[in-house]
Amino acid sequence: MVELTKWYGSVQALDSVGLTIAYGEVVALVGDNGAGKSSLINCIGGVLEPDSGAIQVDGHDVVMGSVRDANELGICTVHQDSTLADNLSAVENLFLGREVTRGFGPFRRVDAAAMRKRTQETIARLGISTIADVGTRVGQLSGGQRQSVAVGRTMLDDFGIVLLDEPTTGLSVGACARVMDAVRALRARGAAVLIVSQNIDEVFDVADRIVVLHLGRLAAEFRRSEVTPEDVLAAVMGMTLR
Amino acid sequence: MTENNVQAVPVDDSVGRDRAPHAGARTSRSGALVNWVMGRGTAMPAIVSLIAIALFFQWRSQYFLSPTNLGNLAVQITLVAIIAMGEVVVLLLGEIDLSLGSLVGVTAAILGVLMANYGLPWYLAVPIMILCGAGFGAFQGAWISLLGIPSFVVTLAGLMAFLGLQLWILGPQGTMSVFDPTIAAITGTTLPAVASWALAAGLVAAILGSTVAAIARRRRSARALALPLILSALALVVTALFNASRGVPTAFLLLLAMLAVGWWITERTVPGRHLFAVGGNAEASRRAGLPVSKIRLLAFTASGMLAAVGGLFAVSYNGSAGTLTGGGTLLLEAIGAAVIGGTSLIGGRGTMWSALLGALIMGGVSNGLDLMEADQPVKYMVQGAIVLFAVSLDTILRRRQSRGRQPGGARG
Repeated sequence: MVELTKWYGSVQALDSVGLTIAYGEVVALVGDNGAGKSSLINCIGGVLEPDSGAIQVDGHDVVMGSVRDANELGICTVHQDSTLADNLSAVENLFLGREVTRGFGPFRRVDAAAMRKRTQETIARLGISTIADVGTRVGQLSGGQRQSVAVGRTMLDDFGIVLLDEPTTGLSVGACARVMDAVRALRARGAAVLIVSQNIDEVFDVADRIVVLHLGRLAAEFRRSEVTPEDVLAAVMGMTLR
Repeated sequence: MTENNVQAVPVDDSVGRDRAPHAGARTSRSGALVNWVMGRGTAMPAIVSLIAIALFFQWRSQYFLSPTNLGNLAVQITLVAIIAMGEVVVLLLGEIDLSLGSLVGVTAAILGVLMANYGLPWYLAVPIMILCGAGFGAFQGAWISLLGIPSFVVTLAGLMAFLGLQLWILGPQGTMSVFDPTIAAITGTTLPAVASWALAAGLVAAILGSTVAAIARRRRSARALALPLILSALALVVTALFNASRGVPTAFLLLLAMLAVGWWITERTVPGRHLFAVGGNAEASRRAGLPVSKIRLLAFTASGMLAAVGGLFAVSYNGSAGTLTGGGTLLLEAIGAAVIGGTSLIGGRGTMWSALLGALIMGGVSNGLDLMEADQPVKYMVQGAIVLFAVSLDTILRRRQSRGRQPGGARG
């Protein structure tokens, strides 16, 4: 699906990294700090433009100049540093950039009631959140609740491809479990999920395949059923295997 | 309003890491009062200040709340309120526009030249001046949004350059008289009593009707009637007061109409909501796929356009466009008004109505001191103190409201 190279000035963040994800599959992306995980996510998510290489969705080459382009191709990203506007409510953050509207022409207005209803439905369906009132400003929520909102953004529309950049960093055990449940729900719905994680247990818990990046290169690729956490850790640290 | 001070305390098992702030849980009586005041929205401290100012000046001079004086005050504040509206639009983004005073001056000069020198009728000259204002605003917005130059710098340059352009357009004679009954009517006329009562009745019917309909459809609870009832009563009282003297000033009515449209755009439309999102977190907005540059460009275009409308009101009020039009403390009063009204300087928080509230406070103090025959130096010093006091009050109340919340409790 992708074959990418990305430079930051003279630093090569990604060196011809090739990766394919199938629908209904969860692929974990692991690697040490600076391995290029976030760069890869940002390239696929439309935040960065790769310097060379191609991204294919459903077998077609695509060019993404913006996050909006990526969204239109069915790609949605949850970033590592929570990307929410603290001054807006949970509902407004969930629908940011794809607000539900009603009316016509210049009288088209935001349909707050419809967005509220859909948010409550989504939350109830997935059981991903403990937010008592979805009208609460996000700045007043706890870290776990905020992450629920961020992950919830991927659930509202039927995105085919979901990218999660360390979605559980800093969360409690319970909140992590709910995020992992959400990932399983995405897979069950037939989405292709790419999840970046530093937590090997979490990776083994949810991923079908594990891809290891090391210094911008694809170091190893495993099926979860065929490896042990030790094998993955060795690859992360740059040791050659077998 | 976006202020959602929800009383329900969210329960989450990550509470141990960072507690959800529940300010009401262990507060004293004064704390409860703070929460009540702040829970009514960002404008509440301004409303309280306005009532205090009105009572003070009424106590010192029995003319302050007289129908005649309120009629004068309503016209006097329109220019500052319109410029403050332009300022609110860019403040919501976390930007600032220092050029609005000069833009008032330059667009007034353009109107003056078009009508006095070229003999254009008002229906051609006014659209041209408004387009010029929007164009100047868009020009500045382009530097800010496309090149990423801080708005403070771009509009500071604009402040100087547009003042120069204004003086150049006016030329050696310095003043262009505009004798046009339509232009003069904007700030010089009042509504006939019958028309104003019909308008007030229509407004009350619309406000109460829509709320009752929403309650009937169970979209809102019966408690939602409180604010519409207060607003309806206010509309009727204000109409009666104005009609006790010369009637409802046309300029004030136009201002209210612009505020209502501005409020609707910022609160109810997608581009309006995006102003708040970009002001709250520009990076999050970009990653959510919002066209951040386009939003900034549009905001500065809107503020330039509002400055041109301000220029129109200034020409109407003075009967001319001169070298002093848009100068003096107009810009600073407008920024002060926006901030006093509850709009944050760092973006993401505020409302269009803060332009009206702030302008009423600034204009009310100025008007009240005039009635007390205070000198200009005293007026400036008092106005300065009011800006500082109002913003301090807002900051302190906000801090008390969110006390008990750990720093860094909210990431990002």
